[in-house]
Order: sequence, then structure tokens, then C-alpha cells
Amino acid sequence: MVGRILAATVAAVITVAAANAAEAPRPPGQKWSFGEIFGTYDRNALRRGLTVYTSVCGACHSLDLVAYRHLGGVDYTEDQIKAIAAEFEVEDGPDEDGEMFTRTALPADTFAAPFPNVQAARAANGGTYPPDLSLITKARKRGADYLYALLTEYRDEAPEGFELLDGMYYNEYFPGHQIAMPTPLFEGSVEYTDGTEATVAQMAWDVTTFLAWAAEPEMEERKRLGIKVLIFVLVLTAMLYALKRQIWSRLH
Amino acid sequence: MTESDSAAAAALDAGDGAGDERRDFLLIATSVIGATGTALALWPFIDTMNPSADVLALASTEIDLSPIEEGQSITIVWRGKPVFVRRRTAAEIEEARATPLDQLPDPEPDEARAEKSEWLILVGICTHLGCIPLGQKSGDPRGNFGGWFCPCHGSHYDTSGRIRKGPAPENLVRPPYAFLDETTIRIG
Amino acid sequence: MSQPTWKNPIVAWIDYRLPVFTFAHHELVDYPTPRNLNYWWNFGSLAGVMLVILIVTGVFLAMHYTPHTDYAFASVERIMRDVNYGWLIRYLHMNGGSIFFLVVYIHLFRGLYYGSYKAPREVLWIIGVVIIFCMMATAFMGYVLPWGQMSFWAATVITNLFSAVPLFGEEIVNWLWGGFSVANPTLNRFYALHFLLPFVIFALVFVHLWALHVHKSNNPLGVEMTGDSDSIPFHPYYTIKDAFGLGVLFLVYFAFTFFAPNFFLEPDNYIEANPLVTPTHILPEWYLMPFYAILRAITFDIWFISAKLIGVIAMFASIAVLFLLPWLDTSPVRSATFRPVFKQFFWILVIDCVVLGYVGANPPEGWFIPLGQIATAYYFIHFLVLIPLIGFLERPRAVPDSIASAITAGTNPGVEQS
Repeated sequence: MVGRILAATVAAVITVAAANAAEAPRPPGQKWSFGEIFGTYDRNALRRGLTVYTSVCGACHSLDLVAYRHLGGVDYTEDQIKAIAAEFEVEDGPDEDGEMFTRTALPADTFAAPFPNVQAARAANGGTYPPDLSLITKARKRGADYLYALLTEYRDEAPEGFELLDGMYYNEYFPGHQIAMPTPLFEGSVEYTDGTEATVAQMAWDVTTFLAWAAEPEMEERKRLGIKVLIFVLVLTAMLYALKRQIWSRLH
Repeated sequence: MTESDSAAAAALDAGDGAGDERRDFLLIATSVIGATGTALALWPFIDTMNPSADVLALASTEIDLSPIEEGQSITIVWRGKPVFVRRRTAAEIEEARATPLDQLPDPEPDEARAEKSEWLILVGICTHLGCIPLGQKSGDPRGNFGGWFCPCHGSHYDTSGRIRKGPAPENLVRPPYAFLDETTIRIG
Repeated sequence: MSQPTWKNPIVAWIDYRLPVFTFAHHELVDYPTPRNLNYWWNFGSLAGVMLVILIVTGVFLAMHYTPHTDYAFASVERIMRDVNYGWLIRYLHMNGGSIFFLVVYIHLFRGLYYGSYKAPREVLWIIGVVIIFCMMATAFMGYVLPWGQMSFWAATVITNLFSAVPLFGEEIVNWLWGGFSVANPTLNRFYALHFLLPFVIFALVFVHLWALHVHKSNNPLGVEMTGDSDSIPFHPYYTIKDAFGLGVLFLVYFAFTFFAPNFFLEPDNYIEANPLVTPTHILPEWYLMPFYAILRAITFDIWFISAKLIGVIAMFASIAVLFLLPWLDTSPVRSATFRPVFKQFFWILVIDCVVLGYVGANPPEGWFIPLGQIATAYYFIHFLVLIPLIGFLERPRAVPDSIASAITAGTNPGVEQS
């Protein structure tokens, strides 16, 4: 227990120190399908992004706040959702004998996590906790651009004079430039069923789209309702202004 | 959208205060639009109290019946309520079917109680005051009619879950369910 | 003012026993209001509407929120993802807080500019300052509830301020926390108080309005209403003007809510609270930044008093000084319209507050430290030195006899041309 706390503290100190050491450069802005004022999530990119998440990111990173059923919000059918969920096992229980058991995931379950808890995740990843990705694009400044830059700008070697700690990797866009996550994407890391070529840039683009949706699944509904509300209030305000002028004209 | 309230009030009363001034179109139109907006704005608030997506996702439960032996019962939780699933023996079915309807406080033929005679699926809540009747476990008292017995006020249910004796007014409720295949049901 | 006669028999019956309708008629319909109020006078009623919106959205959020450190973050996300229109109610609440402060700050600076704090409106002013103080406490505790990184660390930093209290500092902090760090008991009590305080504010607003209705509104000229020719009934003139203003405010409010809902929020608050990892920069919401800057401006001990304690005192004093303002201002003239020197310094104060906000938003490093110190010093100098001095030394312009005469003479710069 004490050891664990100590390890966590050391990791925390390193993280803070690393973050303080150098500010990361501003990631280049990308033209996301969801970035524009009435933009929506590119469904094809999102579907490919789900593949990238489940076969690459999902090996270490959880997606605790997203349920399989949420995919219904981006045009997955009930059967497709059931099929996706059925590829995963989740822990349930306790059963009548007080034992936990695993069962096939159901649409109502959240995405199956790679590790049972934070400590297990840390232990399996050299003391570093791979953060949950449910809100990752919302939890970083210019989240989508940052994530894309992070995924595509890994360097094999740190620039000269940069002291890279053991087991760390150099990334231009990670605060402090030292990231514990090894290069996650390589040419052809996944095979896309729609025939798109799985370049690093393509996979980074797709998984960013998917994770942007995971962070803000309400975005499309929000924008749709927002435009109606704003037009309504604009008309009403214009009428109130006309009425105000009419009423105040009685004063003269 | 509270602005519409005050706008509407302002508009309506303005005409009033101005005496014989004709009621004008702008005033009424603004009031109507404002009132409509206020009414529409109420809906999201009301709707937040409706069952949410995660609750609805659990509104139906699929159950695998294959591990249940003849004569055995299981209790599952569906929408926060216990549901009794009993695989009845031939004798139990026979007994339920042989009971004349005029002996029942709430007459209902057994055929209407179970879609497949072998499987009796009921909401396990006594229709008297909402206690959970006994009879699911092997050692439980099952009452005088071999079904369930509610310990709170002594209601006896038969092997079809029908009330036979005691204060409960109605039979145990049959939840909506459907057989997806031979051994899987979906409740709800 | 005529006594209304109620035609509707039910209204008349109730009014005879409890004259609510007569009261409402007097205070909201007939209520004499200066005829020359400009749009800066809209912000009082706008603030009232924002308070109601925040209370209503807050109550609906409370139906779904779980005040427990293990579930708070997830319950907020459940509101965002699964509760019907939960995202809308939460974003309205979250952005509503910022809009509320924006509106109240404009209301406050309007009062400063037009001398609305002067006799006989001192109590009205003081209640207003108390309201702002309660709003800050409410907003701070509300910031903690989602249990993100900023929530946790803001709670830690701000509650730690009380450790500066001599002798009992540690005991007080442990009492605030209900433990030895910000944890579940802290979250629970913050939730209870965050729910309670808005209703206290609501009651204070009522008293604020009561005080207002005794001597009625100040106006851009700063001269009291003297007769019927100076005033117009509140309804329909100001009801419709307020309604129009509200429409404009809603355009701004909804633009943020629907299209930039996280504009005011630090991204770190979408990371669940982790007591072992401090974010690089701990930041309050924008509306508390100036006070945060004052808090951090003091980097030196004075005699035996620690820098920390002075910082805390300075922060509270920055609000407390507003209580004294009616007596610090020695000028007999209310409105800055007729006070050429005061007007200049008013705008310098506005800039100073913006600078304080900017400093508060940045890490206390490098030139931000002296800048914050200068801005803090200036803030206090403005109220404690400049305001009394300007009152004595300034030669104000001629003040009109009445609102009506200023309008006839065409010399009323504040009056609105409609």
C-alpha cells in the first residue's frame, strides 16, 4: 500500500515536473467535419475511428463513459450495436455464490475496459496510467487538433541536447515532450473494411473523429436545436424592439 | 424564456392602459410568439424527469432459461422489481388447470397466465400492499395452494400465481414478455 | 398614484384580504421610474432573470446529480449523455453562471459610474455588495461539484486560505473540510450550501428591491425625481424595454450555450479529480480572476503577518471597500456625467480590473507579479485615496434642476432618444 502511494506520488511529481519543464507548441488547426458551426461528425471517419480505437487504443485506454448503445446516436443500427458489444466480455456479478463472472457485453454496457482498475492499468504500463479517453478532446485545449498532432508527430529520436528519460518517448506536442505512450500507430496497424488505406494520418484522423464524438455525443443535437432557438429569439427580439419603439413613441 | 412572460404582460396591459387605443397587431403577435416560446422552453425541463437513456436501456431484460431445472424458480430484477420465473412441473400445471374458475377471487384461466405452460413468469410483488411473497427457494413456505405465500398479511397464491386466500385483491401480475427462441425470453 | 379597483370578483376578494394585486400594481405597474434611464439600467432586471434561470436549471440538475466523490463526475457526465435534454440544462446552468456575473458586474459598474451608491441609497448599495459576495461563494462551491481537476484543486487552494487565520487556522480548515483534505464530506457540504445560497440571494434580491422602491431608481443625471414630469410608469415603458434587453441578452447567452458551451471552462475540469496530481495552473472561473490576482499579489510578509494572511485580507478587503464607498466619495454630485475628473478615473478603474483579471488568469511568474501588485495597489488607492480626493478637488459641471428641465433644454446626455 505504502509502495503504491509512493509510486503514484513519484509519477505525479514527474508528470507535474514534465509539464512545467516546457510548454507544448500550439497544434496546427485542422479542418474537422465537426469543427464548423453547423458541422456534424463524418460518419465514415467515425466508423473507421471505432475500428482504430478497439484494435489499437482500446488495448490500454478505457472509454468508461461511453456505452455501446450510444453508437445509436451516430446511425449504428441495433443489430450492429449488438454485434459490436458481443465482441467484448465484461465482468458482472456477484452471482448466487458470491463470485464475479464474465459475460458477453450488451448494448447497455459501457465499452469494456482493458484493465479492471487504475492500479492494474498502472502496473501493466510501467507505472503510468493510460488516461480514460471518454472526454479526451474536451479535456485538452483545442482537443481534436492536439490529439491529431500528438498521434502523427512522434519522433524516433529526441532532438540533440534533450534528455529523454528511460522508457519515455519524444513527442513534440505532448506537454514536456516526454510521453510514456510508445508510438501507437504504424502504417497498416488496422485493416479498414471500407477499403480506405490505413496510413498513420488517416488512422489518427479517424480515431480523433471517433473520440471527439465520444466526448461530445450531444453536439449534433445541440447545434440543431441551437440554430432554431437563436432564430426564434432573434425574431422575438426584433418584434420586442419594434414594440418598444411603438410604446415609447407615445411619450412625445 | 421569461422575457416572453413580461413581454406578453406588457403588451396586453399596454392596450388596457391606453384606453380606447386600438389593440394593435404587433402587440398581439409579440405576445403570442413570446407565450409560445415560453411554453416550448418548458418541455426540456419536463422531459429531464422522464426515464433517461440509460434507464430505458435496461427497461427490457433478456434471460437465458436453459439452466433452470423443472420445478426450479429463479428471481431476476426487472425495472427495479423482482420477477419470478418458475419452470413448473407437470403436476403443478395440472393442478392450476384443474381449478374451477368460480373458486377464484380473480378468475383467470391458467392458459392466460403462461404463454408456454411450462414457464410461469410473474412480477413478484403481492397485489395487496407490495410485499415480496415467499416460495421461490426450496425451503420457503408456498402457502396452502403450492404457489407463493405472502408473509405480510397471509395471502396465498396457487401454482398459476392466482390469489386464492387472504387479503390480496388480484392475481400476481404477468409482465410483458416474449420468447426470442426456445430458451431465451425478453421481459419488457 | 391611483388606487386600482379590481373588476374580477376573485381578484377583488383576494385583494381585500391580502392586497397582493394592489401591491404588484403599485410596485410593478404604476411604479414611477425616471423617464431618462438608459440601457445600462436594464442590467438589474436581467440579473434577476438570470438568478431565476440558474435556480430552475439548478433544481433540475440536482435531481440527477450525485454528491459523492466516487459518483459526482460520472453523474454529471450521465446528465450530459443520458438524461433527456440534460446537456441543455447543464450548459444553461454552467454558462448561466458566467452570464449572471457578467450582468451583475455591468450593473455594479453602472452604479459606480452614476453614483448610485450615494445617499439615500447606501443600504441598497450595501445589500447589492452582499449579494455579489454570496454569488461568489455560491459560484465557487458550484465549481467544485462536477469533481473535475479544477474543482478539486480550486477547492483545495481556496479552503487553504483559511489556514492563514492566526492560531486557529488549521482547525478552521479541517472544520471546513470535515477531514484532513478536500474529500467526500467537503463535497457533500458544498452541495448543500450551493443549493441553499441561491435562495438566500433570492431573499436578498427582494430586500434590495425593497430598498430600491423606497427612494426609486437613480438615473443618468443623478438628480432625484421631483414631480410627475420627471417620471413615467414602470409599465409599459420599462417592462417592454427590459423585455427587449432580455431578448438581446438571450441571444448572447444561447450563442454560448449552444455553440461554444465550454468557452468559459478550463479543459482540465473534464479530467476527474485526482488528489495526487495538481494541474499546472489552477484557475478559478473568469469572474473570480481579479480577486485571485489580488490574493496572489502579496508576496511579502509585513512585520509578523504572513504574506498569505495579507493576501487573504486583501482579497476580502477588495470587496469590503465597496461597503465604505458611500462614505469615501465626498462629492455632492452623483453622476459621472457632471464629474469630468471622476469619469477619467472610473475608466482607469475599469482597465485596472481587467488587468487584474488578466493577471489572475496567468501564472504568478515573471512580470505578472509586479503587474498584479501595481494593479492591486491601484485598486485600493482608487477607492481609499483618489475617490475622497477627487470629491474635494474636482469642479463638477452644472447639474440640472430636474430631469424634465434637462430634457427640455436638450442638455441631457444620458437620456435615450427613442
